[in-house]
Amino acid sequence: MEVPYTDTNRPDTGLYNAKVGIWLFLASEVMLFGALFSAYILLRVGAMPGHWPTGLLDVGPGFVNTLVLILSSVTVVMAWASLKLNDFKKFKFYQGITVICALLFVVIKSFEYKSKFTHHDVILKDGMRVDGHLVEETDEFIVLSHPVSYPAEKGIRERAVAIKEAEHHAHEAGGDHHHEDRKIMLDDIEKRTTWGPWANTYLAIYFTLTGLHALHVIAGALVIAYFWGPGSKMWKTHPEQFANRIEVSGLFWHFVDLVWIFLFPILYLL
Amino acid sequence: MSLKAFHLVFVICTTLLCLFLGVWTGKQYLAGEEGDQFQLIYSILSFGGVILIPVYGVYFLRKLKGVSFL
Repeated sequence: MEVPYTDTNRPDTGLYNAKVGIWLFLASEVMLFGALFSAYILLRVGAMPGHWPTGLLDVGPGFVNTLVLILSSVTVVMAWASLKLNDFKKFKFYQGITVICALLFVVIKSFEYKSKFTHHDVILKDGMRVDGHLVEETDEFIVLSHPVSYPAEKGIRERAVAIKEAEHHAHEAGGDHHHEDRKIMLDDIEKRTTWGPWANTYLAIYFTLTGLHALHVIAGALVIAYFWGPGSKMWKTHPEQFANRIEVSGLFWHFVDLVWIFLFPILYLL
Repeated sequence: MSLKAFHLVFVICTTLLCLFLGVWTGKQYLAGEEGDQFQLIYSILSFGGVILIPVYGVYFLRKLKGVSFL
């Protein structure tokens, strides 16, 4: 049995069925991400003064990932345009670059995540707080690299300021605090945690939003890779339907990229 | 809405993002201490995007002249 309206438009909607389907799906996605964006805004405006961290994330990787996703949106639409212009070789080229961009995004994101999960926030019994990356751990002590120490009551909001102050003092003293690892005895530690989603409300919503977005990137990359590889055989038998499938996957990919364009400034900059 | 139309929405949003980034990083650079060259580089790149992305948008529209917006 032939499935109707896969390559021609339905008279009542004026669209082929897959396009109606993807837009209904994207509408549900808007509600999902919209709810999470609303949660972010409410958490932020509801935070006690001085308890919402800004400047906690490294802007560099986020900026590069933004460029990668913008490039992938251009290539995904060029792949579809190539099919519309009957140029299958160019389609393969552009579609391949899109897959590479998606993988690059996920790799950079995973490095960012790793950096957070190895970042330790240690509160000492003497009332000081030390931030740094764990490089060694024994039954008696831990060693943190890039340590920054400041009074515990300052809280996470002050971290960026504390780092700048530490760098300034180290510079005045003629050294660089980044080159000194710090050994901390376990007996001196009051409490320690890593910068996972459990650390604070900001990191919880950060991991929820970016994790969900990364899952969308992975799902989209799998679909695009399939159409680049085994799925591309359809071009020989049903070229119009294949071009429509590429358009639908491109619409999903654009949605994923648009979500990131909103995520990047609110999480990394503001 | 076709991919062509959605791509134009994307181009507009990306241009606005670049404008915001350019202003934001420019302000950070001006307010920061000496030697914070990365902010200046981000700002220049972003303002470059504000010019280049709409140019690309026009190129894209010309390339897909015959394709519907629906």
